[in-house]
Amino acid sequence: MELSDPNALAVRTESVCRHYRMGEASVRAVDGISIDIRAGEFVALLGASGSGKSSLLNLVAGLDRPTSGAVTVHGNNLATLSREQLAKYRLHTVGMVFQSFNLIPSMSLLENVELPLRFAEVDRRERSALAGTALERVGLSARLAHRPMELSGGEQQRASLARALINRPKLLLADEPTGNLDSRTGTEIMELIRSFNQSMGMTVLMVTHEQSLAEKYAGRMLHLADGRLVDDIANDNARKRSSAPDSQGEPQ
Amino acid sequence: MKLYDIADLAVRNLRESIFRNSLTTIGISVGVASLVAMLSLGIGLQQLASRRLQKSGLFDTVVASSRRDLRNFRETREEGPAPAESPALDEAARKKIEELPGVVEAYPDIRFATDLRFEDKPHLTMVAGVPFSAKSNNDAFDGMQGSFFSSEAAAEVILQKSFAEELLGIKPKAGSDDTNIAELAKPLLGKELVMRYAERSAPPAAPSEAGSGELANGAAYSVVSRQQALKIVGVTDLDPDSMRGTARARVFLPLKLAQDLHVMQSGLRDTAPSDQPTYASLSVRVGNPNQVPAVEDAIKKMGFSAFSLVDATRSMRQFFAVLDGFLAIFGSLALAVASIGIVNTLVMAILERRREIGIMKALGASDADVRGLFFAEAGAMGLVGGAVGVSLGWAIGRLINFGTNIYLERQHFPPAQIWSVPLWLVLGAIAFSMIVSLLSGLYPAARAARLDPVQALRYE
Repeated sequence: MELSDPNALAVRTESVCRHYRMGEASVRAVDGISIDIRAGEFVALLGASGSGKSSLLNLVAGLDRPTSGAVTVHGNNLATLSREQLAKYRLHTVGMVFQSFNLIPSMSLLENVELPLRFAEVDRRERSALAGTALERVGLSARLAHRPMELSGGEQQRASLARALINRPKLLLADEPTGNLDSRTGTEIMELIRSFNQSMGMTVLMVTHEQSLAEKYAGRMLHLADGRLVDDIANDNARKRSSAPDSQGEPQ
Repeated sequence: MKLYDIADLAVRNLRESIFRNSLTTIGISVGVASLVAMLSLGIGLQQLASRRLQKSGLFDTVVASSRRDLRNFRETREEGPAPAESPALDEAARKKIEELPGVVEAYPDIRFATDLRFEDKPHLTMVAGVPFSAKSNNDAFDGMQGSFFSSEAAAEVILQKSFAEELLGIKPKAGSDDTNIAELAKPLLGKELVMRYAERSAPPAAPSEAGSGELANGAAYSVVSRQQALKIVGVTDLDPDSMRGTARARVFLPLKLAQDLHVMQSGLRDTAPSDQPTYASLSVRVGNPNQVPAVEDAIKKMGFSAFSLVDATRSMRQFFAVLDGFLAIFGSLALAVASIGIVNTLVMAILERRREIGIMKALGASDADVRGLFFAEAGAMGLVGGAVGVSLGWAIGRLINFGTNIYLERQHFPPAQIWSVPLWLVLGAIAFSMIVSLLSGLYPAARAARLDPVQALRYE
């Protein structure tokens, strides 16, 4: 897998704001955040609940539009995209992993992982093969026909990771991916994410409130409070650690 | 998303809430069934009436007459040559008319007043020739006692009920119409009548003075008194005063026999010798009532007068169009109620599947994908509901038909097919059901498509 140009800009936010109206009051969920994330970076968004991490993630994911400011991902200013173009952007550029896995309960794992390929109008046979391979890569090849409810949390999160990566996105957005998992399973998931970050050169932006997790895996930690960026720390430990398996080659 | 994938996901979603979706689909089925049952009865009644009218000969017959006949009061209003130049309505003209497109047959109307002797008592009445084809394509002799003429020119006769009563010396009671013609026919069938009539015969070699006519063009004929024995083969209760062409007579002869007898017809200003007869009028039977106006025009162009009752069928069709319209409106009411059921089911589905819609959008589903999915679900319910409804409506119509026929049988009426489900009704009802369902899906689909993914993903 070819790595992205490390100097290329993956995400840039410029004084981005997202304000909500809650009755009479206005909530400033994101309040003028400017950040640059280079391609291939593994960035953790840290902060207490209500600090605006998830809101910022939704803006980068193209699920929400900023009240003001700009979000540019790989040269696309999301604010100027139509709803249709935003859907295409989410389909091809972004992969998402959620705290609560968000697999569709009525579908088998294979069908869940196939779903983005349906939206991308990939042929049925090709779709099955791709989804099968993706599930194999996360160690679930024996569970293709199972429904999400029949699996453990860790397995569900691995399936959702397979689904997020099926369209080979440039940007993986993870919202508390280990929040519903015990620490051992959480580590498994984080190792998987790190391996994809390294092997595919995929930029990772992960929301977490666990400082230790961020310190272990993220090369850069952004601290948010009250919708503002309060700290931007490079984490050399994680960078060093991540370069070790990279030089040995890929697990796939 | 590809159409196949949309359909696949829609069917999967419908199966997930099978109970609720089945109930909604049953609602649509009942709506479609009521529509199909109503319309099948409307169409069945229309076909029944059309069949009856077609068989009556009123609407597939054009009466052609010569304009030379001065009694024709319509002549001054018609286009074409003046009465004097109008061609003769003779055998050549009859053959020409018979060759017109759409014409099945053209036969002369032969009727004359004459004296019939039964058991040596004279009875004066009107006699008419009946074409042999009337046996199968005309309902005039439905319910007749005895049998139709055995051959084209058999020396046989069918009596009208009132004439039969006259022969037997029965006085019909005023206003009552319950005479049993089977009783009337019993003493008459197989008996003999003697008809006394005046024959037009070819002119003698030397013109005689008395009893012969000399005409301007030199053609002449003489009148000879003759008699003919006729066997009574049938008694019919045909109304002699009805509009039917042959019906003003009370005694019917085979047409061929009547022609062969060369009876002098009253009122006909005949100018030809008996071997080249001219006719007062011809009955022109047309294969399809729709062709009547064209045939009528063609006959007028030939220089004859033509008359038909086709306008009456037009108003009948109009009546049935209005009736079908009313039946369709009443039938559609149930479908309208069912369509509210679809809206309700789909809006419920949006609430239930809010999170799922959010997930799909986060994964890259476009508004059109989500809209298409809900649309397909509405359409699938419409398709299944329509198909089940058509079968149900077909069964209901059949049941009503069955019940009606039991009732008719008890009332001593012949059975009738009052119900018909043509293919266009089957396809039309399913298509209509799908259109109504898709229209019902418009609002829920638009609502699902506009769902904010952030809100939807937060929903538990």
